[in-house]
Amino acid sequence: MMAMAPMQQSSQQWVEKYRPKQVKDVAYQDEVVRTLTNTLETGNLPHLLFYGPPGTGKTSTALALAHQLFGPVLYKARVLELNASDDRGINVVRTKIKDFAAIAVGNSNAAGDYPCPPFKIIILDEADSMTEDAQNALRRTMETYSKVTRFCFICNYVSRIIEPLASRCAKYRFKPLNEEIMTTRIKFVCQEEGIQLNSEALSTLSKVSGGDLRRAITCLQSAARLYGSSISSDNIISVSGVVPDEILDSLLVACKSGQFDKAQGVVTNIIAEGHPASQILSQLFDIVVKASDITDEQKARILERIAETDKALIDGADEFLQLLDVSSNTLGAFCNLARETSAF
Amino acid sequence: MLWVDKYRPHTLDKVMVHVQEAQHLKNLIAQGDCPHLLFYGPSGAGKKTLIMALLREMYGIGAEKVKVENKPWKVEAGNRKLEIDLTTVSSNYHVEFSPSDAGFQDRYVVQEIIKEMAKSRPLDVSGTKGFKVLVLNEVDKLSREAQHSLRRTMEKYSSACRLILCCNSASKVIEAIRSRCLNIRISAPTKEEIVAVMQHVAKKENLQLPMGLAGRIALLSNRNLRAALLSFEACYVQQYPFSENQAVQATDWEQYVTEIANDIVTEQSPKRLFQVRGKLYELLSNCIPPEIILKRLLVELMRKLDSELKREVCHWAAYYEHRMQLGQKAIFHLEAFVAKFMSIYKRFLIATFG
Ligand SMILES: Nc1ncnc2c1ncn2[C@@H]1O[C@H](COP(=O)(O)OP(=O)(O)O)[C@@H](O)[C@H]1O
Ligand SMILES: [Mg+2]
Repeated sequence: MMAMAPMQQSSQQWVEKYRPKQVKDVAYQDEVVRTLTNTLETGNLPHLLFYGPPGTGKTSTALALAHQLFGPVLYKARVLELNASDDRGINVVRTKIKDFAAIAVGNSNAAGDYPCPPFKIIILDEADSMTEDAQNALRRTMETYSKVTRFCFICNYVSRIIEPLASRCAKYRFKPLNEEIMTTRIKFVCQEEGIQLNSEALSTLSKVSGGDLRRAITCLQSAARLYGSSISSDNIISVSGVVPDEILDSLLVACKSGQFDKAQGVVTNIIAEGHPASQILSQLFDIVVKASDITDEQKARILERIAETDKALIDGADEFLQLLDVSSNTLGAFCNLARETSAF
Repeated sequence: MLWVDKYRPHTLDKVMVHVQEAQHLKNLIAQGDCPHLLFYGPSGAGKKTLIMALLREMYGIGAEKVKVENKPWKVEAGNRKLEIDLTTVSSNYHVEFSPSDAGFQDRYVVQEIIKEMAKSRPLDVSGTKGFKVLVLNEVDKLSREAQHSLRRTMEKYSSACRLILCCNSASKVIEAIRSRCLNIRISAPTKEEIVAVMQHVAKKENLQLPMGLAGRIALLSNRNLRAALLSFEACYVQQYPFSENQAVQATDWEQYVTEIANDIVTEQSPKRLFQVRGKLYELLSNCIPPEIILKRLLVELMRKLDSELKREVCHWAAYYEHRMQLGQKAIFHLEAFVAKFMSIYKRFLIATFG
């Protein structure tokens, strides 16, 4: 059996600690915040569909809404939260979800300050991972019990939710947070936690996070824990998993030299250093697209292979072989050599 | 006990490679609020050693009192009941296992077993950190579905449980998981570091290790510390006192791949292809992973090639390895690569020498 002492407050992760507790605390997503604030007053709520990239506040908004509507006492009875960590196959939709949706709700205005409207909420977080069959099985439930149950779907890609479900929902897109908002939130956390972050590190952090505040906060906590309370831009790079520019430079230099063995050496080294090939690809992509000393034709040739390789990596292909293939193709493009496959 | 095990450092203060990382990890747990961790890097780099030392640092010697259990877990999968066999290594403070062992049922391991472990009310024992640790190995081998299932568990139960995830290739771990973890990259030790570790072992064992020999062992290990120590010990068994230019044996399977590469470049014919297939089967039946075979074979073949052919050959290696991951029978794809190579090479020979 595993042992554990009572939870200490300090062992909380920062993303949880700084998760917005109220709908109004959710930054940057003005439209949804406005609508839901209204809901909190009137008690009227449509079915909801939140979509957008990770770390933009979708889960936080849904949970905050549920808490503010029902308060701690009624929460368990009125809110069902299911996410990808739960089995949500057809059977669960037909049993667990349906049973919960069917429960009648009394007009219990019991819980003091909370609006407690006469319906329940079913939050289906990470709904992209539900199969189409399971989603289809939901249609009936959604229709039948719409008087007493509201659904809130949360996903990254709206296209993963089948049309009949999506069309019944009010849809809200969560935008990647802009640099200004990110900076404000990060500064706030730094202040609360007593952390020094110079302006270079601050801008690196918001750059590597790409509008994903979860990522930013996790990076910040990681850097603070590893390197202490004064954090540099390099510290941020190293915890973010971004590959240092020098490494990509050396790869490009090797490719431009036209010497295959040199490129193979760099690739071998990159893999031995443990850099993820997918990360190299996305940084290489950025460099190639922006470069002014590469012709359009060369760019096309390089990017085409990067795209194929990206897919191959997702299929589970080997990182060394894929990166070597990309590098060798890039070398061919730079030196205007015949395509490897042209002979066939 | 093998030297690799005998001289594995048990504490963060004792590590000889990744000294920086170890120091950082010490800082990390000096605070109470450690995030989830994702260790990634090539195999044999020392991830496991660091993780064990980290647990030891967190919980003291008790973390090393582990028991290994192999038992079937009953899980509900929809309306079916499944039994999944898992081997776990656990102490009072942590549990370690490879959820991908469950193969295509790995999703249920994440949804049922891991979630249960993550949220279970643990006992109250002093000296703990306020959370328990689940060490999950080979998370890069988890299916996408299983990885997605892990996302919210990592947030929801994070007050009572920390995950330490370990894998070789971070590319195969979904972004949603990576962004929920402190990513710790563990690079393979450099040749110099490997030599230093070998010298340390030599000193402890009272052996004279010539620099030249140490250098060659380190070089042949391809920056794999485990491989280097194993081959160092093999050299010792073979001949002591050491001599400067004593032969360092590659492992059996590596020698076998070199042999296959020779077979391929000396003759390109259906008959030879057939013989090579037999040898590839032999390797597979000895449980050498097919992608490892293919990579090694590529590197061996490349050594013998003119540089104008290298681009073409490496492309096809990548192509067939990818297909191998999608397919079911590794041998088809290995053989296809060999056939492709033979045809490219033969064409080249004819064009060059007529
Ligand atoms: N719009 C936002 N306003 C304030 N904090 C946010 C916002 N978006 C993300 N966060 C921070 O990131 C973390 C993850 O947000 P979450 O709502 O779980 O993202 P997701 O959109 O992936 O569901 C939260 O704990 C919070 O700290
Ligand atoms: Mg979420």
